[in-house]
Amino acid sequence: MAPKQLSSAKELIRRAKVLMVGAGGIGCELLKTLALSGFEDIHIIDMDTIEVSNLNRQFLFRQSHVGQSKAKVARDAVLRFRPNINITPHHDNVKDPHFNVDFFKQFSVVLNGLDNLDARRHVNRLCLAAEVPLVESGTTGFLGQVTVHVKGKTECYECQPKPAPKKYPVCTITSTPSKFIHCIVWAKELLFAKLFGDKTQDNDLNVHSSDTSSSSENLEDVFERKKDEDIEDYGRRIFDHVFGYNIEMALSNEDTWKNRDRPRPIYSKDTLPGKSIKHNGNISKNGSTDDTPSLSAMTSLGMRSPQDVWSLMENSKVFIEALKLFFTRREKDIGSLTFDKDDQLAVEFVTAAANIRASSFGIPLHSLFEAKGMAGNIVHAVATTNAVIAGLIVIEAIKVLQNETENYRMTYCLEYPNRNMLLMPVEPYEPNKSCYVCSKTPLSLEINTHRSKLRDFVEKIVKAKLGMHSPIIMHGSALLYEVGDDLEEDMVANYAANLEKVLYELPSQVSGGTTLTVEDMQQELVCSVNIKHRDEFDEEKEPDGMVLEGWSQPPPEEKKEANHTVSNAGTSISGGPVSKSSEVVEIITVEEELEAAPPKKRKLTTIIDRGAASPGGYSSIPNDTDNRGKVQVVDDDDEEDMVMLDGAPGVFDGDSDTSKKRKLV
Amino acid sequence: MVGDSKGDLPKFGLQLGMEGEELTEQETALYDRQIRVWGLDAQRRLTRASILVSGVNGTTAEFCKNIVLAGVGTLTLVDDREFSEEALSANFLIPPEKSLCDGKTLAELCSDSLKDFNPMVHVSALKGDILSFKEDFFSKFDVVVVSCCNLSVKKLINEKCRSISKRVAFYSVDCRDSCGEIFVDLQSYKYTKKKKLDEAVECELHYPSLEQALAAPWKKLPKKMSKLYFAMRVIEQFEEIENRRPGGISFTDLPAVLKIKKELCEAQSIDEYQVPDDLLERLVSGQGEFPPVCAILGGILGQEVIKAVSSKGEPLKNFFFFDVFNGKGVIEDVSNGNASSNFPITPNLVQHFQLID
Ligand SMILES: [Zn+2]
Repeated sequence: MAPKQLSSAKELIRRAKVLMVGAGGIGCELLKTLALSGFEDIHIIDMDTIEVSNLNRQFLFRQSHVGQSKAKVARDAVLRFRPNINITPHHDNVKDPHFNVDFFKQFSVVLNGLDNLDARRHVNRLCLAAEVPLVESGTTGFLGQVTVHVKGKTECYECQPKPAPKKYPVCTITSTPSKFIHCIVWAKELLFAKLFGDKTQDNDLNVHSSDTSSSSENLEDVFERKKDEDIEDYGRRIFDHVFGYNIEMALSNEDTWKNRDRPRPIYSKDTLPGKSIKHNGNISKNGSTDDTPSLSAMTSLGMRSPQDVWSLMENSKVFIEALKLFFTRREKDIGSLTFDKDDQLAVEFVTAAANIRASSFGIPLHSLFEAKGMAGNIVHAVATTNAVIAGLIVIEAIKVLQNETENYRMTYCLEYPNRNMLLMPVEPYEPNKSCYVCSKTPLSLEINTHRSKLRDFVEKIVKAKLGMHSPIIMHGSALLYEVGDDLEEDMVANYAANLEKVLYELPSQVSGGTTLTVEDMQQELVCSVNIKHRDEFDEEKEPDGMVLEGWSQPPPEEKKEANHTVSNAGTSISGGPVSKSSEVVEIITVEEELEAAPPKKRKLTTIIDRGAASPGGYSSIPNDTDNRGKVQVVDDDDEEDMVMLDGAPGVFDGDSDTSKKRKLV
Repeated sequence: MVGDSKGDLPKFGLQLGMEGEELTEQETALYDRQIRVWGLDAQRRLTRASILVSGVNGTTAEFCKNIVLAGVGTLTLVDDREFSEEALSANFLIPPEKSLCDGKTLAELCSDSLKDFNPMVHVSALKGDILSFKEDFFSKFDVVVVSCCNLSVKKLINEKCRSISKRVAFYSVDCRDSCGEIFVDLQSYKYTKKKKLDEAVECELHYPSLEQALAAPWKKLPKKMSKLYFAMRVIEQFEEIENRRPGGISFTDLPAVLKIKKELCEAQSIDEYQVPDDLLERLVSGQGEFPPVCAILGGILGQEVIKAVSSKGEPLKNFFFFDVFNGKGVIEDVSNGNASSNFPITPNLVQHFQLID
């Protein structure tokens, strides 16, 4: 902001109509600061309801609000100190079709306080289509950032690569875990899903088995509780199968263990006392009402602290007890459960199962608190960072209202000072000319058109990579696929049939040289995809069996090992059961919450990673000497400091034109 | 039969982290996300900390919110002023109308609101003039934060904190229009600095008092020193000389302020351009606190207090500045080797990053 313009902004602020997306950690702070700053017309979209673990930072919410709409409660709380302003809550998903381009067009500026990449991309596209400026934000622990995205003036949210979901090869999860997170993924995505989830879903729980003849036909039976089978017998049978028998089977495959430590099979008779007497008393401790969230194996067993690391025996007890409680007290849930970090019993089961598996493989055990963080994609969050970030968002929003393009800044909130700065402003980048979202640059796709089905293209590219929710796919004027509520029945059948066809055999043949048009009506985004036929793909490196180019590839994972030991407290497994067709298990890391800095600011990325990699929060301080060769200080004496950040041209797709030096103002 | 009491949070005090005691299940659930940031030990220390805040405004309201949410042990507020439109302007803890205020002081009004934020924190308001409180009063606190007061009051409270045998951390914070300043005095402060992986070093920082810091000759300060540092000293001086209440300054005072600037620059033998006129103009003609800056200052200060109380992380030393116009949040060390006659150089001060072991 230029001098003296703060007061002249008052009227602009008063008349502005702003949209906040997200009423969580940043959202609560933002709504408060907007109201105090004089904004009088604010819309909030948030589909979430309030949870206990929100209360430590989402200060507009109280214990008595748990379960209610965040957007609505936030509105009421702010009206208590600013009763005369208009706040319109929408307890809805921002991806809901009625939040279309026309809806977005009514706002002067959109402010994001979101917690996931998917929604951020969606809002970015709507803002571009509606030509409404977007102020984007994110925090993790003590780190945060605010960026400004104005069509044609600054880069869009998707101009720079975003960290990809972390992926683990299936064999690591099913056969050769080496880190606790692998055990968590196994316990949650495979075992939990197998026992309590949708039975019709494919499940890789036993893929490792070398003895295919013996496994496949009787597998279905192993996990099924037999008629009249005693629940404890059933629990022990499952225990012995997954921790004992399956490990024995894996051990029989000698090749696997040539360069690895051999796991140890664990049987229930070795870790548990003899079959316990029916202790009805214990179960009734949990109450007779249908109080699902508080049902707890720990409570039954008299275990208190979620911070304790349980012994193998304790884990075994929790495993059996949790399984019993599911089958005796939550029988109606079985078959439809997916893991939920707020489901105490599910967290207990997954913790115990992961720990028992970790014991087998000689991996250090973890507490329920830690396991919950890993399994639940729990983002480290504190009120202070959110407050700072909210202040910075409002400052940028006011500049946007004043149309002070040259003063827009992206600001990093750092844990450790960098060149004396805790809050570090950087000039925004120009739009990336090869961005498929804001510059409509065509993409190209290498794919085996004789083997890959339209369904593969829709799922792995259009939805997973391009982030479209209701796509239309066209070849010239021929419609190949579309999603919508008002489609004719015969069209629906037609599209369903197309999905199962390989590209080459579609009614309008797709082969090398074809250009497909992919469009999302709601996002008003159209992409051209040039198809290139390729016969073979590397199964390990190109698990999708197709390669998309022109789509910003995420930076290569740098210090894999270091990142995984601790940072996985914030790691999650993307929702939904793993289907057999997918060769990898996707893990979305906490860095997704805090978008990594673009490649030109590699040093910043490192700083941010370091902070995120340390849930204790206090890692070493990058000082000026650390930055030698990365950050140059230009001493232009009287004027403000300039910091030059070296570009990393050519390393990343579509980034070659941004190697010019950046001024830090 | 039904023995589950998860729904009820305990009232403050009773079950909170006594020495060596575990946090309760309720506390672990409530503080889950932040324990993941700073650890269980830090959370235990936080629940034992006593904080005093003198002077209620938009910035300290933000700070109070942050530390109440974080779960400090007790928070005591002192500010006998009553409701005014000005007090309301950047403060979300005050009811929007005088009729709702029941003749209560600002401290009482804010305390009422803050109690709601976290039933596990003991929040109270105290009546009286902060200057009349003796050392033994301040010794009850681990942290003292002052705002809305003149330089001489800050110095006096700072000295009282320093005269107590145990360490009482002292902070002052001010937001003037689009600018803000935080001062920190932790006296002598030891903390563990984590180096790569398993390595950790014990570090000790030595802080000057406000009086000592401000005595550092301007000429010896780093050339890149934030201009806000000088500008704030000019305004402070003006308010002190003219006996104005803090922030009781307006555009019409600009000529007098510029005159003081000139005198100070001459006395300190620095060029006048180090204290730009337009910055001073902005500071004198501003309309009180700018809420986004309050949020930023309250956030940074909250974080610093949490660090100091939990002895985790490197605290800032010893000034922090934020200016909306350049967007920078800068730390300045006004003590390191900035010797003056009443601020003798000791080895510790020169080598302010003394490594033990
Ligand atoms: Zn773009």
